[in-house]
Amino acid sequence: MTHFAGTLALVRFALRRDRVRLSIWVASLTSTVWFTSQSIFGLYDNEAELAQYATTVKSNAALIALGGPPYGLDTFGGRIVWECAPYAIGVALMAVLTVVRHTRAEEEAGHTELLRATRIGRHSHSAAAFLTASGVSIVIGALSAAALAIDLPVAGSILFGAGFASLGVVFAGIALVAAQVTTHSRAATGIALAMLGAAFVLRAIGDIEAGWLSWLSPIGWMNYTKPFTADTWFPLLLSLAFTAGCVAGAIALESRRDVGGGLVADRPGSPFASPRLATPLGLAVRLQRAAFAGWAAGLALGGITFGAVAHSAEDLVGDNQDILDYLTNVGGASLTDIFLATMLLYLALLAAAYGIATALRLRSEETSGHAEAVLAAAVARTRWAWSHLAIALGGSATMLLLSGLTLGGAHAIAIREAGEIVSVTGAALAYVPAVWLLVGFGFALFGAQPRAILAVWAALAFCVLASLFGEVLGLPAAVIDASPFAHVGTVPATDPDWAGLAVLTALAAALFAAGELGFRHRDLQSAV
Amino acid sequence: MADDDVIYAEGLVKTFGAVRALDGLDLAVRPGEVHGFLGPNGSGKSTTIRILLGLLRASGGTVTLFGRDPWSDAVDLHRRLAYVPGEVNLWPNLTGGEVIDILGRLRGGHDPERREQLCKRFELDPTKKARSYSKGNRQKVALVAALAARAELLILDEPTSGLDPLMETVFQECIRELTDGGITVLLSSHILAEVEALCDRMSIIRAGRTVETGTLTELRHLTRTAVEIETERPLDGLEALPGVHNTRTRDLHAEFDVDSTELDAVIAFVSARGVRALKATPPTLEELFLRHYGDSIAAVDDI
Repeated sequence: MTHFAGTLALVRFALRRDRVRLSIWVASLTSTVWFTSQSIFGLYDNEAELAQYATTVKSNAALIALGGPPYGLDTFGGRIVWECAPYAIGVALMAVLTVVRHTRAEEEAGHTELLRATRIGRHSHSAAAFLTASGVSIVIGALSAAALAIDLPVAGSILFGAGFASLGVVFAGIALVAAQVTTHSRAATGIALAMLGAAFVLRAIGDIEAGWLSWLSPIGWMNYTKPFTADTWFPLLLSLAFTAGCVAGAIALESRRDVGGGLVADRPGSPFASPRLATPLGLAVRLQRAAFAGWAAGLALGGITFGAVAHSAEDLVGDNQDILDYLTNVGGASLTDIFLATMLLYLALLAAAYGIATALRLRSEETSGHAEAVLAAAVARTRWAWSHLAIALGGSATMLLLSGLTLGGAHAIAIREAGEIVSVTGAALAYVPAVWLLVGFGFALFGAQPRAILAVWAALAFCVLASLFGEVLGLPAAVIDASPFAHVGTVPATDPDWAGLAVLTALAAALFAAGELGFRHRDLQSAV
Repeated sequence: MADDDVIYAEGLVKTFGAVRALDGLDLAVRPGEVHGFLGPNGSGKSTTIRILLGLLRASGGTVTLFGRDPWSDAVDLHRRLAYVPGEVNLWPNLTGGEVIDILGRLRGGHDPERREQLCKRFELDPTKKARSYSKGNRQKVALVAALAARAELLILDEPTSGLDPLMETVFQECIRELTDGGITVLLSSHILAEVEALCDRMSIIRAGRTVETGTLTELRHLTRTAVEIETERPLDGLEALPGVHNTRTRDLHAEFDVDSTELDAVIAFVSARGVRALKATPPTLEELFLRHYGDSIAAVDDI
């Protein structure tokens, strides 16, 4: 066990270092669960009123793809579980970021070497990162269970909490393996998040068309526990077994590699820089191309998947009168169009996440000291900033284009209607101003309040909550309208909201101007 | 200020919130000189350099680079200078060679032949990914990139930290070659041997203020010579002489330090007592340094 010496000390150290960040994760996720359950109780007086929405969900492929399989939606317990299940993605995200941060990122920064020279075992960093991420997941699960148990049966609440936590634990295990494979912490995060995306897509297709696919997904295992409806514990055994496999695999890999090394050794590279690397933009492209490729592949996969099943949306409806009433409320659009619109919104939010992550590279380049090297050469600040912003803006627009082409293309092939490609792609591009507005907010923070730059992720989280879940949660219209994504229009089901798009564009431009002004007048904050 | 000072700062102030990192710093670097910039950790050397590079904005005082404002004219000025940061952080997934080329091109071009030659002299393998370089090798990447530049001014922030003595010699040779060609160098360091070997003039700073500036000869006036002496007759009264410190006598043998300004009087005193053997050690920069940072090593004066 000497290979695990000092694990608990590292856990305490991790908790100390991340006390703010982890507290925010715990508070935001558990309060979202609590708020969601309270809003459901507030919206409906009795379970009979839930029935209508239950029918709507059962026949709406988009809602099933995003939310999960509809179990017991005509009960308060079932409905609340269905609403809250997608938030478990947040637990998984927390677990991945925490594990990579305390394993590969520490190793890359040279901190591991420093600590490993003390009485710290070979596997202690991995063990500590896993325990920290799992422990926080379990705290989130327990608090969520407690939040539900106020109004709902205790057994179901605990099962829900356990399922919620299980996703964090499983992805802590997956991230632990990813951190062994690659020497680059960004790549490790990318691999683990790609697995999260794959788990989501498998579950989404499985729940709409082929049920067995959901059994391949950790998110599916969580859903199959059916808290309050069937209270089935055994799917969590799959989560546990899978996690144990991941941890054992990661430990085995770690025993076979050097500190700082990965599974693949670095090969000698070029002794000279290619001619493309002659400008700040060329450098930014080189630094960002891997992330671009990863996100593009993920969004294309999502687009193809959702596009291929879009036509099934119609089959689910049959001649259900409730649905027909619902459809007249959105201007007589077909259910397929509404499905496509919801999926586009979803893909656009992901494109915004890509744009934000790309723009935030400015900040990490600054704090790591790389920006200092570039700015000490004959490169103006604005030119350097815009070289990364160009990729954030062009890249996120490309992501939207790609989303539209794949979603529309797969749908067009499925129903043999080539025109769908054009209409869906056009609709996807209508999201460009909203996405750029968020990127602009990130840049404005970078310029004016760089230490608060992570607030841009809170803004994105708000957009996800308000635009994807706002109506279901019964949020006030004013809150929903605060999200830029509320002003695009339900494209392609309806025409774009041209006035809204114009306002979004103007606001985005103002934010970029503010960011540039701030950055031109502030000190560079290098490490040291 | 002299009109042609390459770097000129007077009363330079930089505050970070409540912290006063620079508190009235003065610095003048003349064309063609190698100027040593000495100070202990945290005394404000890197802050000064970052102001000179327009990365930080001065909170007060005057500062010019080639007679221009380093904040507003940063880009133009950077075409004329090359910089080696104190902490070299390279993009982990680029090779050393790529980093050298990128920095050279962003600066406005470098000399490919010189680059090649410098890689050889510093024994740097430019095909390795930056993440696999040791600290010394990362330092070499930054040095090659800066020394291969066609620059008029080199700003070097502790450029040899992490280099082995052999490479340090190569570095000193390179700097001499460049200064023969008329280049100006600001060399921040706390390796005194390096500063003694390379610098024409130096400024010593502490707690954000310049405490001394001048040539090594000028600064030596401020220091003491260590004397070891054996005489024919006892040296009674030596301790009472002005400028004599730390006297240790044993029979006819004495060891003491004497202020350089009082050297003449003291030598006259001892020679009147019949000198048999004499060893005088000139003050080193180490001692100069110790005197200015004496607070933290207060023992020095009280031995």
